[in-house]
Amino acid sequence: MAAKALREMGRRRTAAAGIGRRRGFSEDAAAAAGVAERKVGGEGKELNLFTAINQALHIALDTDPRSYVFGEDVGFGGVFRCTTGLADRFGRNRVFNTPLCEQGIAGFAVGLAAMGNRAIAEIQFADYIFPAFDQIVNEAAKFRYRSGNEFNCGGLTIRSPYGAVGHGGHYHSQSPEAFFCHVPGLKVVIPRSPREAKGLLLASIRDPNPVVFFEPKWLYRLAVEEVPEEDYMLPLSQAEVIHKGSDITLVGWGAQLAVLEQACEDAAKDGISCELIDLRTLIPWDKETVEASVSKTGKLLVSHEAPITGGFGAEIAASITERCFQRLEAPVSRVCGLDTPFPLVYETFYMPTKNKVLDAIKATVNY
Amino acid sequence: MAAAVLLRRVQAGTASRRVAAALPLTTPARGVSDSTEPLTIETSVPYKSHIVDAPAREVTTTARELVSFFRDMSVMRRAEIAADSLYKAKLIRGFCHLYDGQEAVAVGMEAATTRADSIITAYRDHCTYLARGGDLVAAFAELMGRRDGCSRGKGGSMHFYKKDANFYGGHGIVGAQVPLGCGLAFAQKYRKESTVTFDLYGDGAANQGQLFEALNMAALWKLPVILVCENNHYGMGTAEWRASKSPAYYKRGDYVPGLKVDGMDVLAVKQACKFAKEYALENGPIILEMDTYRYHGHSMSDPGSTYRTRNEIAGIRQERDPIERVRKLLLTHDLATTQELKDMEKEIRKQVDTAIAKAKESPMPDPSELFTNVYVNDCGLESFGVDRKVVRTVLP
Repeated sequence: MAAKALREMGRRRTAAAGIGRRRGFSEDAAAAAGVAERKVGGEGKELNLFTAINQALHIALDTDPRSYVFGEDVGFGGVFRCTTGLADRFGRNRVFNTPLCEQGIAGFAVGLAAMGNRAIAEIQFADYIFPAFDQIVNEAAKFRYRSGNEFNCGGLTIRSPYGAVGHGGHYHSQSPEAFFCHVPGLKVVIPRSPREAKGLLLASIRDPNPVVFFEPKWLYRLAVEEVPEEDYMLPLSQAEVIHKGSDITLVGWGAQLAVLEQACEDAAKDGISCELIDLRTLIPWDKETVEASVSKTGKLLVSHEAPITGGFGAEIAASITERCFQRLEAPVSRVCGLDTPFPLVYETFYMPTKNKVLDAIKATVNY
Repeated sequence: MAAAVLLRRVQAGTASRRVAAALPLTTPARGVSDSTEPLTIETSVPYKSHIVDAPAREVTTTARELVSFFRDMSVMRRAEIAADSLYKAKLIRGFCHLYDGQEAVAVGMEAATTRADSIITAYRDHCTYLARGGDLVAAFAELMGRRDGCSRGKGGSMHFYKKDANFYGGHGIVGAQVPLGCGLAFAQKYRKESTVTFDLYGDGAANQGQLFEALNMAALWKLPVILVCENNHYGMGTAEWRASKSPAYYKRGDYVPGLKVDGMDVLAVKQACKFAKEYALENGPIILEMDTYRYHGHSMSDPGSTYRTRNEIAGIRQERDPIERVRKLLLTHDLATTQELKDMEKEIRKQVDTAIAKAKESPMPDPSELFTNVYVNDCGLESFGVDRKVVRTVLP
């Protein structure tokens, strides 16, 4: 029943997720693959998120002979099945396993990209990206700048599943996007749904800058929507207004969009009209779209899973306050993860759940 | 030395609130030998060594010790199988990595060390915790995220600790615990304690850069640290030969000596650890590569059969199983009968089931625990409920 509701959400081209519903991501690859194959009329097939990613990777490898996919266990499909079938189709020279050494993977990818290749590296969980932090921050991001444009690693894309999954515990649930948003030279992209994931991933791979692409792992199997079969790209650094509204602007990205979506629906029942924006690219981010919206509504709420302090929501709040100070009718509200390590038990306490968002919407609108 | 680990386990936690379950297993079944007369047994295969003379293959043990090995490994085996079922019943959430197959490493190492020596390992830590005297109830409570868990329900499967036995736990990031172990060893050396640190990592982690950074420091400063590579031949889903140019991990230290040990032979492990401890106190770091095997997949989401054949697993079970090896020794030396060992296993089964039942009774941690232990005074954290005007609190 839940799955059906989700598919319907998908048809309406919205982010689809059942937050608050506990659902393992590890149990039923076969069942999920079955869902992915279901055919519907219209422009594309209904796909879940990992299959959409898989399709994007197929297209990326197919359209550019100088593209490579590698990471821990990707050779046999990866832990989330995102790389299924790639090694068989494109061969072990282009799709291969690496040892368990994230710093090595990132450094290797920078070098490969520096030779004019498209290096698509996978870090198995965003929680494991920290050993690679130095390579990404100091090598990848600054290569073009410090060589005066002599060299670059623009073909580099680092894919990594991020975020909560219901029962991931400390080291399989974190959202480290804000760390990378502090690094000029990088782009940070987070999709909210299968269709978005395919288009944004292809755009990221082909973007001439190093991109860190975080995939919401909660949605890998849960989010299902129609995805065009052809090769298409969605523009980076361009936010999308998902719902028009007049009372308050809600900004989020990735899996959090599904939570915001539900909060919007509930707020509507109380007569509050929310404008919902998916930021899609975190840096460089689309300030204009958010500014235009806040100029209209006079209120802003930002929501993300990462801890509130120093999260990217703080940057949005500061920038928008700067730009819209005279038009803001209430303080910018942030509904985010708590300032604690990601907890093993009581994950729902930590998470910026629908009710927390709804409450903040009301508090802001009635300020 | 190596007294029965289980006996020590009962004594170990008298003051601890976590020792809820008295273990009913202190008296062996009637006919099982309790003799302490020395017994010499040869290890299954010779050690391989790298720039060091290997210890002798003849290991001195006693009937009592062999029985304790059998019992301890059987408890671990049973506990891991029970954890598997609890995970599938969704009573254990999060990530869960099982140790069955590798028991001889934990038990043999424990037999060669004292609790003053430190052990630090990665996330496959349940049995290391048990070997260090950890309580079964606390282990299962932790697995299920309950208040009586060894990390108060806040760690889960990957984060078991036991400070009174110098078990520095359970680390989640592959390879990240290895430099920590060198820090522990430095402190031990500085305090002239004549103790050592056993610093465990897997064959997957053997390719992490920080391992080599740690190794250099350890060798440079002659730290009393033993780097134990538990080579179960698969780093997650990738076979060692696909991930390592040289799978001879005991030689990977180059300037650091190493031994390759049959990690399925508890006596070989004991002998090697004893040797390594003496060596490390005198000369600095040494690597022990334990050739072992995990029967389960890498974690609960890995069926463990996509990258290796079922025949391979069955073959190891038949040829090299650490518990079966000890069973055979006990039977051939006439120290116990088949039936007595079976009874013992039955008893262990009951003991594990009782522990699980007890653990299930333990309540979830208090919600306020979400905010404790972040900082020493837990300052500056705030939380709010659905109606934040009412519930909003800033914790002390």
